[in-house]
Amino acid sequence: MSLNIINFAYIAAAICFILGLKMMAHPRTSVKGNIISAAGMLLAIVFTLWDREIVDYRLIPIGLVIGSGIGAVLALRIKMTAMPQMVALLNGFGGAASTLVAGIELMTASARGTVITDQFTIAVAASGLIGAVTFWGSYVAFDKLQEWILGGKPYHFPGQQLLNVTLLVACVIVGVMIVLNPSAVYLYWILVAIASVLGVMFVLPVGGADMPVVICLLNSYSGMAGCATGFVINNNALIIAGALVGSSGIILSDIMCRAMNRSLFNVLLGVLGPTEGTPTADAIYAGKIKSVTAEEVSMLFDAARRVVFVPGYGLAVSQAHHVVKDLANMLEAKGIEVDYAIHPVAGRMPGHMNVLLAEADVPYDKMKEMDEINPTMSQVDVAVVVGANDVVNPMARTDPKCVIGGMPIIDADKARTVVVIKRSLSPGFAGIPNPLFAMDHTLMFFSDAKKAFIDLIAAVKAG
Amino acid sequence: METFVIALTVFILATFLGFEVITKVPPLLHTPLVSGSNAISGITIVGSLICAGGGFEAVAAILSVCAVSFAMINVVGGYLVTHRMLKAFRKSRT
Repeated sequence: MSLNIINFAYIAAAICFILGLKMMAHPRTSVKGNIISAAGMLLAIVFTLWDREIVDYRLIPIGLVIGSGIGAVLALRIKMTAMPQMVALLNGFGGAASTLVAGIELMTASARGTVITDQFTIAVAASGLIGAVTFWGSYVAFDKLQEWILGGKPYHFPGQQLLNVTLLVACVIVGVMIVLNPSAVYLYWILVAIASVLGVMFVLPVGGADMPVVICLLNSYSGMAGCATGFVINNNALIIAGALVGSSGIILSDIMCRAMNRSLFNVLLGVLGPTEGTPTADAIYAGKIKSVTAEEVSMLFDAARRVVFVPGYGLAVSQAHHVVKDLANMLEAKGIEVDYAIHPVAGRMPGHMNVLLAEADVPYDKMKEMDEINPTMSQVDVAVVVGANDVVNPMARTDPKCVIGGMPIIDADKARTVVVIKRSLSPGFAGIPNPLFAMDHTLMFFSDAKKAFIDLIAAVKAG
Repeated sequence: METFVIALTVFILATFLGFEVITKVPPLLHTPLVSGSNAISGITIVGSLICAGGGFEAVAAILSVCAVSFAMINVVGGYLVTHRMLKAFRKSRT
């Protein structure tokens, strides 16, 4: 098929991607938007198969079938609570594909003795570097989220930052060598090897609660890797799609960093800032913790007109989102107004809590953003904090010098009564005690989140 | 050089367009946005297909089948999982 028609198809595909992202602006249009975006991808794939450069159709179906099969199984079987892992994994595959494409292009170009331009080699090196960092970074992120080998903890060792800078410089040097000597294909694989180590090293120091930032950043990288591959094969569809994803990831990581009042640099180094001067847990909690039972909380609900749930990562861990909704239904049947207050970095990826609650059939107009709910928090009768800690810690407001000082929080402490469902008084990711737990109007309900809600439902029924 | 300048122009304009479009997406839909844009980054399938269909020697052939598989996991997995999530949001409109 003529090159022109194929290029028109690529433009059409790019328009589909842009429209798809644009329609993501509202839940009503988003499903259609995703389908339009997918249609654009199908269009790009079908027209590529007509490309003159494709002379051999024996290998393509193998890859298409294997990839589609694995992708479909993953997508249909993954639990909503495990969505961050899923996204990390998919990102990694995209990065790996870009790395391989750039490598193969370089191999064939040098084997066939084609004239190689600087644009080609620079793009090849960029694609190899970003793609390998994306793949290995995503794998480490996946592993941390899944808590397999590495667990959820940040890893630090002396000279870590120096090592990372050295690795990056080494990548750039090898990259320059590739540009100067494009026929030495082995250099490319050396670059990929060093970049792989860099990818592992750059995610290692990042802790679990900072994962939302890393997920966004890796998302951005996978786009940029695709973009670099677009420069390699001179294809506008790849360049446009890659640039869209690249900017999307950057914006989201910026939003996440702002929601934690930390710099991107800070998050990536796994540095939390000074902890000196923070009062000890004993000083804050001693003699001030009041623990309650399900029956007592149920009595609180009897007298309440407005209840707000404040979910955190603990909700996902104990898979309590369905029972939360069941309890909310019962409260609403009694005429109580129920809302959900969602912090931007609650969970392990942006919007994690929203997806869980949506799966449990919570109407999306009940999921309130932090800025929307905070001004009305003082009119809330009962705020139920479930599996969240640092994002409701009032020290962020009162103590600018503490580790989370200046971080915007959900003002759960301003509600008339606060019920905190938590297994113990252990600190959150920031590692500091939470004065909210010791406040006069706070009641601690020590339990696993899911069990707590089952007990609460029973108590409300009995009451 | 000329093709490079054109490609660079496209890249820069698309980046700005991306910023404009993405900032309109509410935090409510940030997870589907990440997975949906992730699926778009699977566009590297185009490059993978060209490699796999180029009729190359053994090593490149094996690598290119891997590239097509990986990119397809990204595309199919990304769009399907995004669809699953977005459907949940639509359903939740009462």
